[in-house]
Amino acid sequence: MIKYLLKRVLMGILALFAVSAITFFLMNLVPGGPFLSEKAPSAAVLAKLEEKYGLDKPLYVQYGNWLKDLAHGDFGVSFKMQKNRPVTTIIKEMFPVSLKVGIYAMIWAIIFGIVFGCIAAYHRGGIIDSVLRVVTTLGVVLPTFVTASILLVLFAGGVWKILPSIVGAHAKWYAYILPCFTLGLSPMCNIARYTRSSMLDALGQDYIRTAYAKGVSNRKVIFKHALRNALIPVVSYIGPMTAYILTGGFVTETVFNIPGLGRYFVQSISNRDYPIIMGTTVFLAAFVIVMTLAVDILYKFIDPRIDLAKEDE
Amino acid sequence: MSENRELLLSVKDLRVSFFTHAGEVKAVGGISYDLHRGEVMGIVGESGSGKSVEAYSIMGLLQSPGRVIGGSITLDGENVLDYNKEQLQKMRGNRISMIFQNPMTCLNPVYTVGNQIAEALTAHKNVSHADARAAVIEMLKLVGIPNPEKRMKQYPHELSGGMRQRVMIALALICEPDLLIADEPTTALDVTIQAQILELMKDVQKKTQMAIIFITHNLGVVADICDRVSVMYAGKIVETGSVADIFYRPRHPYTLGLLASMPRVDAQEYERLVPIEGTPVDMLNPPPGCAFAPRCEKCMNICIKADPPETDLGDGHIVNCWMEVPRDE
Repeated sequence: MIKYLLKRVLMGILALFAVSAITFFLMNLVPGGPFLSEKAPSAAVLAKLEEKYGLDKPLYVQYGNWLKDLAHGDFGVSFKMQKNRPVTTIIKEMFPVSLKVGIYAMIWAIIFGIVFGCIAAYHRGGIIDSVLRVVTTLGVVLPTFVTASILLVLFAGGVWKILPSIVGAHAKWYAYILPCFTLGLSPMCNIARYTRSSMLDALGQDYIRTAYAKGVSNRKVIFKHALRNALIPVVSYIGPMTAYILTGGFVTETVFNIPGLGRYFVQSISNRDYPIIMGTTVFLAAFVIVMTLAVDILYKFIDPRIDLAKEDE
Repeated sequence: MSENRELLLSVKDLRVSFFTHAGEVKAVGGISYDLHRGEVMGIVGESGSGKSVEAYSIMGLLQSPGRVIGGSITLDGENVLDYNKEQLQKMRGNRISMIFQNPMTCLNPVYTVGNQIAEALTAHKNVSHADARAAVIEMLKLVGIPNPEKRMKQYPHELSGGMRQRVMIALALICEPDLLIADEPTTALDVTIQAQILELMKDVQKKTQMAIIFITHNLGVVADICDRVSVMYAGKIVETGSVADIFYRPRHPYTLGLLASMPRVDAQEYERLVPIEGTPVDMLNPPPGCAFAPRCEKCMNICIKADPPETDLGDGHIVNCWMEVPRDE
């Protein structure tokens, strides 16, 4: 187990290194720079600025310097968006906001997804199943900005004005309802669909017949015997879902004006704020890697047949 | 020997159909038999003859689109078919237990075997955790699993096929049922393991004196364990009798065919097995008359017109064949 964990952590670090290198060189290939705006500074000022932030050096030197700083836990300072503030401070400030929305979205997506999936499987072929199928298909195909717009029209303006449209820095809890719903809708529908099919698969297995033959109640058969087996494929979706919720969060954060990291990440790209691009990318990548590892470990607890130590070989 | 025993299960004219899109499939077309306490009855037949469907009907485990459409199943004087869900649940695993063909897939892979055996007990009896554990260990010992304290904490994938079938038997017997239905319990196992499981079942039957319905397509297995045998073909019992009746005095052409198609230890070296020609009837559109008629070498005019009645040859040897019906003219 420890050997497995060590191996995974090492592989994660390698992956992060690759992500950072690709991002760094791609970022620099994109035309433009952090100090260009409508009022272009004079050539002399530009040269001075570039010298100050080390942008005049060759790319590989810049990357080497970035790595050296990173080794000291330093992501550098923002060039433009929050001039000269350390990127780590910015992430520390903004990530909790994203995380809060993301966790609520994930909780509702997982709970409702599994419940709806079970209900649909239990009523297979019935009206409830059909309704859920239409709803979940819609939920998967609707882009976030469309869902968000529809919700805003319905609940924050046009039809009923009962929920705020903007979250802001000091929002009350109910301000999070719309963004969390928006962000979690697509994962929820995906989980519901996965749960339905894996639940149907599980309910058709021989051990379900054995459980019935033992005289176990219907409810216990479904929630003890079928659900735990059905959850195995669902859990594997949670890893990618985390990535989706974190990187997909920028649309939701933009629409609802949430001061989160997702939105900032996208803005930093259009602003060519290099240290923020690098910082947020590597940070989010690390987060996804950790979540994937957590899911793989979670597997072991759900399915005893999975032997993590054996996967070393 | 069965006459002086108490009647346990009585199946009367049981009919089961599957209502598929293609039409009604009469999987079981009216079968009747009595089973006494402590009796071991074999039901033999080829795939699709309705032997498993019949067993599932007793357990109330028929799955849609299958439905019992007629007859009665009487257990200790009560018609099981009138039971509601709750009564069925109380009966399953408690008064009647069942073991299945494939022990590799019949145990839930995510729970320990001890947990799954204990569940069969706690579903019916209010026992403490410690008592359940003790009962599980005792059952595992009974079915010949060494080191039960360790084994009960293992998951099914850590056990071999034979071990798992032993676990299934332990699971089925922990509530001391009156009747065990064994649906091809040895078919998926290696021959040597088959023999061990059969020995175990005989042994356990002697100890507990429960009745067993042993469903199989293997006549050799039947000879080993059963008191009485029913041969099924196309959803009907074509011949019933003691093991000696079926093996030494078979009367129905299908039974004769089954016996002829079996390999024998005392056979001449290059003697060929004799297959039964033809294919089983189409259960969607069964022809009138005897279902075996199209494959029967001794088919007569009447066979393709009307179903043969039961003929009692004495001592419980009953055969459904026109050849055994005395002519009136």
